[in-house]
Amino acid sequence: MGGHVDRNLVVEFGRRLRRLDLQVEFALGSETFALVGPSGSGKTSVLRAIAGLDRPASGRIAFDSTTWFDASRAIDLAPEARSVGLVFQEYALFPHLTAAENVAYGLRRHGIGRREARTRVYAMLERFAIRDVAGVRPGSLSGGERQRVALARAVAADPRVLLLDEPLSALDAETKGRISAELAGHLAGLRLPTILVSHDFEDVIGLGDRIAVMEGGRIVQEGGWRELLEAPASSYVAALTGVNYFRGTATARGELTEIRSSEGEAVFVSTEPASGPVGVVVYPWDVALSTQDPSGSARNRLAGPVRRVAGVGNRIRVTVDSRPSIVAEVTEQSRRTLSLGPGVRVIASWKATGTRLVPRVT
Amino acid sequence: MSVRARGRGDPILAVAAGLATVVLLSFVLLPVAAIFLRTSPARLIAQLHSKVALDALGVSLRTTIIALAAILMLGTPAAYVLATRTKRWTVVMTTLLELPLVLPPAVAGLGLLVAFGRNGLLGRPLRALGLAIPFSETAVILALVFVSLPFFLRQAVASFGAVDPVLLAASRTLGVGAAGTFFRVALPIARPGLSAGAGLAWARALGEFGATLMFAGSLQGRTQTLPVAIFAELAQDFDVAVSISALLVAVSAGLLVAAKLLLRERPLWADTWTGISSSSSVAA
Repeated sequence: MGGHVDRNLVVEFGRRLRRLDLQVEFALGSETFALVGPSGSGKTSVLRAIAGLDRPASGRIAFDSTTWFDASRAIDLAPEARSVGLVFQEYALFPHLTAAENVAYGLRRHGIGRREARTRVYAMLERFAIRDVAGVRPGSLSGGERQRVALARAVAADPRVLLLDEPLSALDAETKGRISAELAGHLAGLRLPTILVSHDFEDVIGLGDRIAVMEGGRIVQEGGWRELLEAPASSYVAALTGVNYFRGTATARGELTEIRSSEGEAVFVSTEPASGPVGVVVYPWDVALSTQDPSGSARNRLAGPVRRVAGVGNRIRVTVDSRPSIVAEVTEQSRRTLSLGPGVRVIASWKATGTRLVPRVT
Repeated sequence: MSVRARGRGDPILAVAAGLATVVLLSFVLLPVAAIFLRTSPARLIAQLHSKVALDALGVSLRTTIIALAAILMLGTPAAYVLATRTKRWTVVMTTLLELPLVLPPAVAGLGLLVAFGRNGLLGRPLRALGLAIPFSETAVILALVFVSLPFFLRQAVASFGAVDPVLLAASRTLGVGAAGTFFRVALPIARPGLSAGAGLAWARALGEFGATLMFAGSLQGRTQTLPVAIFAELAQDFDVAVSISALLVAVSAGLLVAAKLLLRERPLWADTWTGISSSSSVAA
């Protein structure tokens, strides 16, 4: 997955904004790179700079051998001269055009004939399952349909880089899970260097191959989601990434749902209804640690030796080498009472209500 | 926001608002009705066949249409630039361009005269070019553009300003340049507002009197527009003046209705390039 191939897109620039000194540096190949951070951390500004909508003060942005921006050489290609597909936060669909006309919008330029454009629009409508709403204006589309139209429009023009600004934030919680899975499927199929921006860590777990956390205009930590979860570099990252994530297959068992973990022999119990492949999210602060078999209502158990203890303030993150491995968040007092340290065998437990199920694609 | 919404459940306010509406409506309609009641329709039509009325109608239609075309062609790009750049000077520029709105027409006419007149600021270079503007049809057009431009410009700046800049950015990232973005996104979205502004500007131009009279005079068939003709006939033949007024009311009312209908029509600039415009062509 993801492909740690050669880095096509190189981004390194600085820009002073009113309340922010933006300074970023990263490169990516045909993979999905997620930028996560609170509003005002500069995520959207990064996307706008790459798209050519804002001009950084210094640095360089290049794709393969083409320089899009270079402050020292006074190169600054116009947005239309860069091959960037940008999906805006509120999708920015043209309200006066139908879904199909929106998708066709970027195809009107030299080299693409009318007939070819038409064929390509139909292919896009088909691919993103929006053929039924082809003649509908954005005002009458649902949130999910709008997102697919926006994605189809961005992709139709054959961009070299895809930029997604908060692709899920405009959706209500109910449709979010389904759309997220859909989006992950589309991104996997596109195989484009993709930068995805979100304020929600949970949203990007299933989408980003690499995740960079932004705070105050800088990338403060970068890595896979598990890396960020296990060893948050700051209390902000810890708060942001506070989840465990497993893959499994769900089956209904009366009132409850049983999830067979894809890794190891573990079986989780959840109060949330689901069936088939699911993602399992468990918050570290829902997980209790004990050295003896715990009594009580906790239906979920994972046992193993402690691999790592990382303290951030009074939030102590304990990684347990169970199968699958889990991170618990305990207080400093618990750490001392249980004398938690690497190698100590513990049992992590949590209630069925603490097993949250999210859709997954693969 | 409306009186009705706020006054719901308050009978006193409802009665007061209703009364105010009736008073205003009567006040507006009374003079209009008086014009039509003054003479019989048959006589009205007969008077319109007079040379004075027909000439005035011709001058009015010709000059207002040319003035409107000039306003649209210069005003639209100017409004777009003023609306999409948020610099301090754009506020100053917009205010300056709105100046004719508060200028008394007589002052506007005098100003045009001392600018373009024989002994005016530009008098000498214009004479060198063999151009004599005052008391010509060109003078009428200049006066009309001067007084009615702000009516279009204000509306156009507001309409372009209401176009979400993100849509313009989206267009650029889709490979369409600044000019293409203007024609394919900004213009179609702002179109209803632009039409309304054009309608207002046209109505203002059609009724223009003071500046025209001072700068262009009252030459029948050349510079005598409908309002100027009414003024000229007032001293000659009162009934002809009333007839021309009736004609002006009819033309203006027709314009108002046409503008309202135009606003309801679906956008003119639908992007039908790929031939995918309606669901009928796509439904499998």
